[in-house]
Amino acid sequence: MKARIKVTLKNGVLDPQGKAIANALDSLGFAGVEDVRQGKYIEVTLAETDPAKARAEVERMCRELLSNPVMENFHFEMEGA
Amino acid sequence: MRASVVVFPGSNCDRDIARTLAAVTGRPTTMVWHADTDLPDSDLIVLPGGFSYGDYLRSGAMAAHSPVVRAVAERAKAGVAVLGVCNGFQVLTEAGLLPGALMRNASLKYVCRDVSLSVERNDTPFTRAYAPNESLTIPIAHKDGCYFADEDTLDRIEGDGRVAFRYSGDNPNGSRRNIAGVYSENLRVLGLMPHPERMADPALGGTDGEKLFRSLFAAFNG
Repeated sequence: MKARIKVTLKNGVLDPQGKAIANALDSLGFAGVEDVRQGKYIEVTLAETDPAKARAEVERMCRELLSNPVMENFHFEMEGA
Repeated sequence: MRASVVVFPGSNCDRDIARTLAAVTGRPTTMVWHADTDLPDSDLIVLPGGFSYGDYLRSGAMAAHSPVVRAVAERAKAGVAVLGVCNGFQVLTEAGLLPGALMRNASLKYVCRDVSLSVERNDTPFTRAYAPNESLTIPIAHKDGCYFADEDTLDRIEGDGRVAFRYSGDNPNGSRRNIAGVYSENLRVLGLMPHPERMADPALGGTDGEKLFRSLFAAFNG
């Protein structure tokens, strides 16, 4: 079973990398880019076959290590569940 | 004063701190490898600067969950003084021993230069050798030093007198409220981005940072 995890900055947290990407897109001629927010994408493959247990395990991974709750949110989907 | 310095794979300021502590205390500093879980008896434990575990995922995130930092957290709860410099500060926030987080510098650039700091209070074990509101010159060297916490947390730590140092010249990294260092609730844990050990000998250009180590020495030998 595979978890596809996205970690993003909370609203209101300054994202200077997102701003730099937006500026680069603008200088490449992509007009109309209003905002860019960047984050992380993580895949975790689990031996667990019980979807509920796997979800609970991934939830804990996200809270304890994969995201920092001070500045980040996380969201994940299970594949093969 | 018995001082220990934790060494992670990727630490690179551990020897600078150990040398400074040995010069101030007159006794050797104990180096503790990251895989060790039984810490030696210490009055002070230092988490040094560098790039622990390559700073993978987030700066300090891997180190914060290492066995040795769990042991450091136990000691901190028991009242042992803990100092985190630069990457050590990042580790302490990731471990939840200090509030907030250290994010990418607003400029997105690695900044390595002297900065001006103000000492916010001089009645803690880390600052008793400083004059009230003393102005210091100490170098920084980091890319992830932008101190962030939500407004409620910032108000709370300011209200509790837990801001240790502030950038008093320009803000080099975008830190909220110019915060360069913060204390734990009991004022026994300090994290700061500037490197006091790099301004701890006249040969390095000054001794503004050495006073932090002299403060600790006085606190534990006074």
